[in-house]
Amino acid sequence: MDLSKKTFHWMMTQRICLQETACYTNAVTQEATEEVSLDSPEREPILSDGPSPAITPVTPTAMLTPRMGLGTAEMFERSLDEIEEDDSGDTFDMHIAVSDPEKVGDGMNAYMGYKVTTKTSMTIFSKNETTVRRRFSDFLGLHSKLASRYLHIGYIVPPAPEKSIVGMTKVKVGKEDLSSAEFVEKRRSALERYLMRTVKHPILLKDPDVMMFLESSELPRAVSTQALSGAGILRMVNKAADAVNKMTIKMNESDAWFEEKHQQFENLDLQLRKLHASVECLVCHRKELSVNTASFAKSAAMLGNSEDHTALSRALSQLAEVEEKIDQLHQDQAYADFYLFSELLGDYVRLITAVKGVFDHRMKTWSKWQDTQLLLQKKREAESKLQFANKPDKLQQAQDEIKEEIEELEGKVQQGEKDFELISKTIRKEVSRFEKERVKDFKVVIIKYLESLVQTQQQLIKYWEAFLPEAKAIA
Amino acid sequence: MGPRSRHTAQEGDTLCLLEINARSVSVDLNNDASLLIDIPDALCERDKVKFTVHTKTTLSSFQKPDFSVPRQHEDFIWLHDALVETEDYAGLIIPPAPPKPDFESPREKMHKLGEGEATMTKEEYTKMKQELEAEYLAVFKKTVQVHEVFLQRLSSHPILSKDRNFQIFLEYDQDLSVRRKNAKETFGSFFKNMVKSADEVIISGIKEVDDFFEQEKTFLLDYSSKIKDSTARAEKMTRSHKNVADDYIHISATLNSLSVDDNTALKKFTNVEGRVASDEELKLTELLRYYMLDIQAAKDLLYRRARALADYENSNKALDKARLKSKDITQAEEHQQQCLQKFDKLSESGKRELTSFKGRRVVAFRKNLIEMAELEIKHAKNNMALLQGCIELLKSN
Repeated sequence: MDLSKKTFHWMMTQRICLQETACYTNAVTQEATEEVSLDSPEREPILSDGPSPAITPVTPTAMLTPRMGLGTAEMFERSLDEIEEDDSGDTFDMHIAVSDPEKVGDGMNAYMGYKVTTKTSMTIFSKNETTVRRRFSDFLGLHSKLASRYLHIGYIVPPAPEKSIVGMTKVKVGKEDLSSAEFVEKRRSALERYLMRTVKHPILLKDPDVMMFLESSELPRAVSTQALSGAGILRMVNKAADAVNKMTIKMNESDAWFEEKHQQFENLDLQLRKLHASVECLVCHRKELSVNTASFAKSAAMLGNSEDHTALSRALSQLAEVEEKIDQLHQDQAYADFYLFSELLGDYVRLITAVKGVFDHRMKTWSKWQDTQLLLQKKREAESKLQFANKPDKLQQAQDEIKEEIEELEGKVQQGEKDFELISKTIRKEVSRFEKERVKDFKVVIIKYLESLVQTQQQLIKYWEAFLPEAKAIA
Repeated sequence: MGPRSRHTAQEGDTLCLLEINARSVSVDLNNDASLLIDIPDALCERDKVKFTVHTKTTLSSFQKPDFSVPRQHEDFIWLHDALVETEDYAGLIIPPAPPKPDFESPREKMHKLGEGEATMTKEEYTKMKQELEAEYLAVFKKTVQVHEVFLQRLSSHPILSKDRNFQIFLEYDQDLSVRRKNAKETFGSFFKNMVKSADEVIISGIKEVDDFFEQEKTFLLDYSSKIKDSTARAEKMTRSHKNVADDYIHISATLNSLSVDDNTALKKFTNVEGRVASDEELKLTELLRYYMLDIQAAKDLLYRRARALADYENSNKALDKARLKSKDITQAEEHQQQCLQKFDKLSESGKRELTSFKGRRVVAFRKNLIEMAELEIKHAKNNMALLQGCIELLKSN
């Protein structure tokens, strides 16, 4: 796909976002947005800010006329379908690795830089292998752009790894201990999983911001991802407003599928959280087991030393060694427990939240549509009442005005309905894709986890079989 | 003969009837056909455990060749204390008294499980309950074992097996509680124990004349503290292992309700993990715990001998004083002779006892370490087979 086509599709998405933004009176998107009215002819064709605060370079070629009509939604839908079908011959073959965490800078302004290596044979990428350096806020910036662009039209955007003030402060301060090393590793692994999940989504993969993230050597700093920035505060305010709105929207669900799915995801959320808690418990207990095994090993060694029967003494020392090795096994197993199992579950708990968010957006879309419909009705009533206005000379003008408004509202109602249908359709597709991915994901991880358990057992057999003759040799 | 258990567990912790034929931690027991003792049956009611002590004997000193009596834990303690207080046995290592049956841990867990029932699925609850019942059973098996071993140690000892109190214990078909300690006597022995630990300083302080005992003393004092430490840590380790096994139960239950995939293997795995934890417990911890007590008994022997030595030395001093004052010389001489005799007797039997004790200990450690290693291997192989089966299943889907 050449650059102009890429830009075309990107522009399409920007247009739609703007339309949506204009209609909502409070900003729905998570970034600071300026209110742009569709009617303003002065509006820049190059959308310098739009929903994303970072500067994204846009080639001014293939410009479209600013005012988009009703056809936009259809065009968008078609174009996205095209995207999906376009590269159906190009099977998904991509591997992203996040590695080499390195501290850059000193003091409170320090940060961790990560190497992001992309290996792919897909044609949409300019090179087979690209390496770039990124920092955590770059990942957050990417996510916020994707979220603002795709979440409210029904796409399940994978959530980015969570911020951790405590963890990062330790790193910044330069604490070189086990817990900060663990933190960095945990984050590195989470970032890798995040990227892989994002590119596995056929739509997100083609997003120019994603490609830029993976390929361009320099990325403008995403400042608005900081918790205490203006955008950050606006985010928090919006989240609160959303929560209130959600409570007041009572949707008449006509589609049983959505009702069912919504319930299913609620259940899934509960179960996953429970499972996550259990696995975290397991990790904790296994670490405890490792500590206790090590302490027993030391004690057994001392007992062996104090034993005066030589063969028994030797056997006890051997026992101590075996237990020490087993302790190491336990540690490794705890590592696997955590990184394979526990983190996967954590990811999915957050993913489910994104899914639920998408369902909420659908509700909002429906609500907007209904509100517009109500408004139209009111205007129609007002129109009929106009007949009884006692200013006959102003009557014609008033009638013309209101006719114009009604026309416009009718258009908006139609658009609202289309939007609602579109988001419903998108969600259905997304949910089915999500379910497939989930089953695959879990299966892969569980197999890996079970294999790690098998390995542990194999090692145990080896150690104990080595010990047995020692025990038998006690005479 | 391996452990064989058949039990019927009813709701809660009321009644369990158990038929066991467990291995013992100690060895060389029950070899002498002239006096065979075992505990084939035990009943637990609330806090009380009733053991059925079964004796088979060819000795004429007993009224019948084959008989059984019901006994409680307190009866065992009475027997032990009676033996300890017998002067004649001062030179012997009296087998340590079996510890009191402790169902506190599973009972507490059962209580917690009942409280948390609402938060779990039915399957999870059933599984946890099964685990708890298995734990309860394990505690039960353990306590029967240690009581049995105590009696078997006595029956295989050339001198102790002939003890009158022992015979009464085995034979008397009425309730023994009449003969048991009353409160005053219990207090008396408690006080005695306190005095004894103060006197332990005497053992380390006393000037030893005999090389053998010097060595034994050093060894036992050091070994005693080490084995106490090892026992505590082994217990912690097996408890952690049990926690991990319990976690697997919760995990497999939740996975089940997620019906992500076939996790029957994970369920079976939890079974095996749980069993590994309890086998480890039986072998390693019990071995260490038993010998920790036994070492204590050996130390008690040393203590008694040290006291006898102190008495002898005191009697020498008294004799010298008497000679100086020319008063009560014969008395003092007699007393001195008595002390010397007692001391010599203690030393002689003490040496015998301690030597055989060492042999016993080595053999027991060997047996248990081998069994533990074999069990670990067996369980690991089982686990592996289960897990590999599950992986195959998942991959083929």
